Amino acid sequence: MALSYLRRGMKLGIVKETWPGERRVAASPQVVAKWVKAGWGVQVERGAGELASYPDSQYETAGATIVERTAAWGDSDIVLKLRPPTTTEVEQLREGCTLISYIQPAQNTELVDALAKRKVNALAMDQVPRISRAQKMDALSSMANISGYRAVIEAAGRFGSFFTGQFTAAGKVPPAKVLIIGAGVAGLAALGAAKGLGAIVRAFDVRAAVEEQVKSLGGEFLTVSIKEAGEGQGGYAKEMSKEFLDAEYALFRAQAKEVDIVITTALIPGKPAPKLWFTDMVELMKPGSVVVDMAAEQGGNCDVTKPGEAIDHKGVIVIGYTDLASRMAHVASDLYGTNLLHFLDEMGGAKGWKIDHENDAVRPALILEKGEKMWPPPPAAKKAEPAPAKEAPKPAPVVIAEKKPEPKAPAKSHGGGHAPAPRPPSKGLGIVMSLLGLIAAGAFLYLRFGQVDALASPATQDFLQRITVFVLAIFVGMQVVWNVTPALHTPLMSVTNAISGIIVIGGLLGAIGGLTPSIWLAIAATFFATINIAGGFLVTRRMLAMFRK
Amino acid sequence: MHAYLNSTGLIVAAYVVAAVLFILSLRGLSSQETARRGNLYGIIGMAIAIAATLATNTSALHAAKFQPVLFAAIGGGAVIGAIMAARVGMTQMPELVALLHSFVGLAAVLVGYSLDRKEVPAFGLRIEIFVDVWIGAITTTGSVLAFLKLRGSVSGKPLLLPARHFLNLAMLVGSITCAVLYAKDANQTYLYAGTTIACVLGVHLVAGIGGADMPVVVSMLNSYSGWTASAAGFMLHNDLLIITGALVGSSGAILSYIMCRAMNRSIWNVIFGGFGAAPPKPVAKGEAPAPGEVQEIDAATLAATLKSSKEVIIVPGYGMAVARAQHAVRELTDILRKAGVNVRFAIHPVAGRLPGHMNVLLAEANVPYDIVHEMDEINADFPTTDVAIVIGANDIVNPAAEDDPTSPIAGMPVLQVWKAKLVIVNKRSRAAGYAGIDNQLFYKPVTKMLFGDSKDAIEKVVSTLKA
Repeated sequence: MALSYLRRGMKLGIVKETWPGERRVAASPQVVAKWVKAGWGVQVERGAGELASYPDSQYETAGATIVERTAAWGDSDIVLKLRPPTTTEVEQLREGCTLISYIQPAQNTELVDALAKRKVNALAMDQVPRISRAQKMDALSSMANISGYRAVIEAAGRFGSFFTGQFTAAGKVPPAKVLIIGAGVAGLAALGAAKGLGAIVRAFDVRAAVEEQVKSLGGEFLTVSIKEAGEGQGGYAKEMSKEFLDAEYALFRAQAKEVDIVITTALIPGKPAPKLWFTDMVELMKPGSVVVDMAAEQGGNCDVTKPGEAIDHKGVIVIGYTDLASRMAHVASDLYGTNLLHFLDEMGGAKGWKIDHENDAVRPALILEKGEKMWPPPPAAKKAEPAPAKEAPKPAPVVIAEKKPEPKAPAKSHGGGHAPAPRPPSKGLGIVMSLLGLIAAGAFLYLRFGQVDALASPATQDFLQRITVFVLAIFVGMQVVWNVTPALHTPLMSVTNAISGIIVIGGLLGAIGGLTPSIWLAIAATFFATINIAGGFLVTRRMLAMFRK
Repeated sequence: MHAYLNSTGLIVAAYVVAAVLFILSLRGLSSQETARRGNLYGIIGMAIAIAATLATNTSALHAAKFQPVLFAAIGGGAVIGAIMAARVGMTQMPELVALLHSFVGLAAVLVGYSLDRKEVPAFGLRIEIFVDVWIGAITTTGSVLAFLKLRGSVSGKPLLLPARHFLNLAMLVGSITCAVLYAKDANQTYLYAGTTIACVLGVHLVAGIGGADMPVVVSMLNSYSGWTASAAGFMLHNDLLIITGALVGSSGAILSYIMCRAMNRSIWNVIFGGFGAAPPKPVAKGEAPAPGEVQEIDAATLAATLKSSKEVIIVPGYGMAVARAQHAVRELTDILRKAGVNVRFAIHPVAGRLPGHMNVLLAEANVPYDIVHEMDEINADFPTTDVAIVIGANDIVNPAAEDDPTSPIAGMPVLQVWKAKLVIVNKRSRAAGYAGIDNQLFYKPVTKMLFGDSKDAIEKVVSTLKA
């Protein structure tokens, strides 16, 4: 091992987590093997993976060196960790090295100061931006996914009945009803897990857009009758009006009597979790029901939650574990390690690793560079992120929030093309068209009615009336055509083509009388217009007949 | 005022019905389910309008009757139109549409001349005649040139004269001068001079637009033909013409706008024609980055790859239309779908030479329309796609639109095929697309080229799959 070590440039150090009860480790041996293959040197603190069922021997087989604590911290170029380090741990960092872990810089200012004093580089996995390119490095989502699954398992463990409905010789058992509040990554993972166990699953979220995702997983999407867009920035929900909240709570109270399991997942970045499952709702629930409060670490969504504990509140179990992901340490460590792997690759991999301010997937996660504070990132670094929707509110969300990847959203940043859904005519077009119309009409009016006595004449009245008809018809046309599906653009053209053959009327009207040159011209006009009418309608018919499902 | 311009009660009622039917017709065209009914509404509306016009005028005016030769003209026109509609190949739709636009323009010019020659028109009417003839003439020559360009009779390259904006302006001023002179003295020479200027202007406006921008040109001319009909309505004091023309005009304008947005161009460029601000200038030879090596793939290997993939997206372009490869593509689709491969189509808004052109071609080949997707629907799916097959498309899949701010197509939304695990590009040769720029897609490591005529190439893959 030692020999291969010398060949390599950068050394990664995986240290043991010291947070009480934390079982995870920053990377699994599988991930370590990939690093070693890519040319990194890897050293692992003795016993780092023990609680996640990754013995030291596996790391050694993967090509890592097992070292003592001081070496892992002090002798690595990049220290990889999961939980934010303690200030004492920070003391062991070598000057100029790099730390990659959760940092939560907004809350942990002391830690950031301590790191700054050590003159190290610090990158926060919790600050990786929510752009599609960075999804594979999004540790928050990986962990939320695991937690969501585990929440259902914990609930099932405490629940005194089946999840799936059963017909037994002794009688029928109805399926459990599960209510999930907040359909973010964790919520959707919980939905999938509960559905997989056979329960009837309902989900509530203020963001109407997640309805499809809920339904796609087989869940029932609950909604209140008040229409209000709940989409906030970065996939979080925004603050809702009082009417909306009242309706929401009424819905919860009605559900509380019915459901057996409630899983709440509402989080607000950098703030205490919003309370939305009140004591009276808990008491409305049937005895033996279970509430899993996934926001317990941030204070909890439920009034009676005790963070870190499972308590019995008048017959209802309220689980407030804060270590759901850690309870699945084996897979959680592997996924976190994979996130780290992608993150290091994004920064250039073993061959060209560097801190690149231009990389918009990395820059937001950069907290310190050589001890210098780089966080929060300048807004320019977010250039690749799609512009938030017009109704994007101030970043003070209050109700349901859970980070979640929105794979389709980033496409919008490129999607200058027309959307498949009908759009209202844009303001710009309207303005341009009316402006041109006005200019043309003005010029025309001036030319035609420039004479002094003309304004009072009936011809003027007549003309103005026609202008009215004209302008109205333009707007009708715009409204009608705006909804045409792009696939039908060609038939639309040929049909409008045929319709504009209406000019045949002009030909017909002009073709009354003796055969003067004027009449011949009108007849010729009729001829061409008829070709148009017949050709346009028939070819449209032919085309439309071909479209089939 | 001419006697025949007066509308009776019956004709007003008939015209209202016809106008409503036309609106319903356009509305019906908004989705596949109602499109056929929409077309029918249009036909009925037209029949009512024509019948009412004929009926009212024959009975009301005894002295002046329709000439029998008029009915011969109607019959002849209908037969010719029907034959054209029956014979046209779906790949030639753009040409047909362009040609039909020119007929509307021509009819408007003729109606205007007819009215002018009938007797000396009043002052106001003279202006209306001039406007009608002027717009009609632009539409006619512009459409004829578009038709020739689409047929390939005239080079598709944009003709960019050095002082073209000045030329346009001069022609506009010239036209206005002619209009004023004609309105003043009713001297027909100025009407004809104005027509000539408009004819040249029509040619010039369309000549400045390159091959890949043809969808915009065609929809723009569609819009012009509508405005022509409206102008004729003002001239003849006929509300039905005004309404119908305005419907068609705004429809065409919206289509142009949609096309423009799909190519990241401003609406102003189109309304004033010529694409002044952003002409797709071919990149100077020296500037082009040295092309790397392309990797080729043969039909047999491709067939094997396709068989073992799960998600396939086909991106058709104008090349498919030219080679008439749509039936071969459909056959490939059928075989793969039967084998459990999820085959879908991604259509860029400006693929082909007519808005929605690809959809029509695929429909002709019996590809079900529910697997044919618009760009925004499918663009996010490329990262999970095993094979993206680009058939005869170039600019619409060019990554330079996103990566290279100096590229002439920078900012144009494109299909992100390069995010797929494997990209197959079928191309006749290594030439650049219509925008005249090199495509880095061909040199990407995920890209494999399948050179050759689309139809032959795809048929080879099909026969390998069948074997």
